[in-house]
Amino acid sequence: MNSMKLIKYFMITALCSVLLSACATSKKGAVLEGDVYAGNETVEYLATGVKDRVFFATNKSTLTTASRDTLRKQAAWLRKNGKISVTIEGHADERGTREYNLALGERRANAVKDYLMTYGISGKRLAVISYGKERPVNNGSTPLAWSQNRRSVTVKAD
Amino acid sequence: MIKKFLILTLIFISFSSKFSYALVEIDITRGNLDPLPIAVSPLFVHKNNLKNKEFKEIGAKISEVIEGNFKRSGLFNPLSKESFVQEPEIAHLKPRFEDWKLIKAQALVTGKIELENEKLRVEFRLWDVVAAKEILALAFTTVPNNWRRVAHIISDKVYQRLTGEKGYFDTRIIYVSEAGPKNARIKKLAIMDQDGSNNKYLTLGNELVLTPRFSPTNQLVTYLSYFKNLPRVYLLDIETGIQEVVGDFPGMTFAPRFSPDGKKIIMSFAEGGNSDIYTMNLETRVVEKITDHPSIDTSPSYSPDGKYIAFNSDRSGLQQIYVMRSDGSNVKRVTFGNGLYGTPVWSPRGDLIAFTKVRKGRFYIGVMRTDGSGERLLTENFYQEAPSWSPNGRVLIFYRETKSNAKGEGFSAKLWSIDLTGYNEMQIETLTDASDPSWSSLLTK
Repeated sequence: MNSMKLIKYFMITALCSVLLSACATSKKGAVLEGDVYAGNETVEYLATGVKDRVFFATNKSTLTTASRDTLRKQAAWLRKNGKISVTIEGHADERGTREYNLALGERRANAVKDYLMTYGISGKRLAVISYGKERPVNNGSTPLAWSQNRRSVTVKAD
Repeated sequence: MIKKFLILTLIFISFSSKFSYALVEIDITRGNLDPLPIAVSPLFVHKNNLKNKEFKEIGAKISEVIEGNFKRSGLFNPLSKESFVQEPEIAHLKPRFEDWKLIKAQALVTGKIELENEKLRVEFRLWDVVAAKEILALAFTTVPNNWRRVAHIISDKVYQRLTGEKGYFDTRIIYVSEAGPKNARIKKLAIMDQDGSNNKYLTLGNELVLTPRFSPTNQLVTYLSYFKNLPRVYLLDIETGIQEVVGDFPGMTFAPRFSPDGKKIIMSFAEGGNSDIYTMNLETRVVEKITDHPSIDTSPSYSPDGKYIAFNSDRSGLQQIYVMRSDGSNVKRVTFGNGLYGTPVWSPRGDLIAFTKVRKGRFYIGVMRTDGSGERLLTENFYQEAPSWSPNGRVLIFYRETKSNAKGEGFSAKLWSIDLTGYNEMQIETLTDASDPSWSSLLTK
């Protein structure tokens, strides 16, 4: 190879390794990806391998890749168990005004409901309730606690 | 129950023909670092009632409640009774102003109570000690159980005479009483006099209740309840205890308030991830949709003339405050500062909007003009929100929560108040933890 190509080759390799190492943000023990909780504490299971909840960034109701993966599994489980209905709870952390958090919880729960419906689950099986910031799962006032509280939980209806 | 909150006969008789200009004056628009020294003489008992031990104590109790009101306002410095030279009976007829000047009093309140035909008759006078003149004299009649309201009414009259503004002492506060760990909080609706007395619970704590508000007539309350796990706006009649759900909405309704004429409830209705503002006429039951936007619209607040509504919307991407006409037209954003804005509340005077602001992880209570200009932050904290105005638009009550540790210990929620001037910030004592306070209008119209 001539020297220009060699330099290019090294630069591309260097760039790639920088990018790849940047992608490895999830070091062992780090449970926050950006602002979204990515750990398994507080997570319960509707069935083997089917997590019951997804998490959100501050003030947001967008579903992350991990969330969508969880919800696809929930949808599959709901398809297999056609008689089960669920209630989707929307929650917010304590770092916001109470009334807005009620609305935000409702928005988060509906984001989950809409996604499940795109996988063919009837809306009639999916009730929605917002608890705003009233029912934290972690009573602490730390960024970790807040991230665990920004959640939407799918609960089997009685 | 009814008797406690209604004055049977409230006839104000002004029995002094002289209304002199006051040399004693308080400016409540400026921070008051020099509270006015005022002496409140215990109200003396008519000689016909001297044998009634219980009744005798009422005169002293009334003066103590008045002193408490004055002290908490930050504008007055009630002087210690131990220094009073003149007997209450004599002072009420003709004070020796030199004696009162000696203890540095600038104003003096005296009064008399009489029990006749099971009714309580009250007479009081306000004296300008500096000018050596009587400047206010009033009499009224009520039931003896209302002696606390007597004290609050006198406080309001004195406040009004000396400041030129209506008072705020004959009022109540409705709030949410809280107990238990954060993840299993028991919440009840509670009501108390603005000085913390007469605390009563209006719900049992079996379901989550939030954000109560008084109607302008003070007999109804609206709030959010999770009764049967269905979050909806309810009405509660304070006297009868009867609760009813507002309207027939197929989803969560929340953030309710009354219109200034008391005829409508305004609130948010959430459906499919979107929250819009609706009103319902309590008489006709007609429901009107006021905002129509895919963003979250909540925390509505009417201007006192009912023509405008301030509200919280994230249509710009983050929580900001908007003002629109009460039919929903002409929506204008009014907050543009750095940070999030929420809980707008229009002052009863119509000139200001109070709000909660969140910036860099800190919470602020502030006020601004109704076009969003003149933003003034009054207090900063780890967490505080939801200001509510006193009926004279001079004091704000709100609530604060403390930071808990990683285990959730150290958490508490308490009510606080602060003057519009930014002075006189203080905690309001409640028997339990408390949040979501709302101030009634004056009970005496």
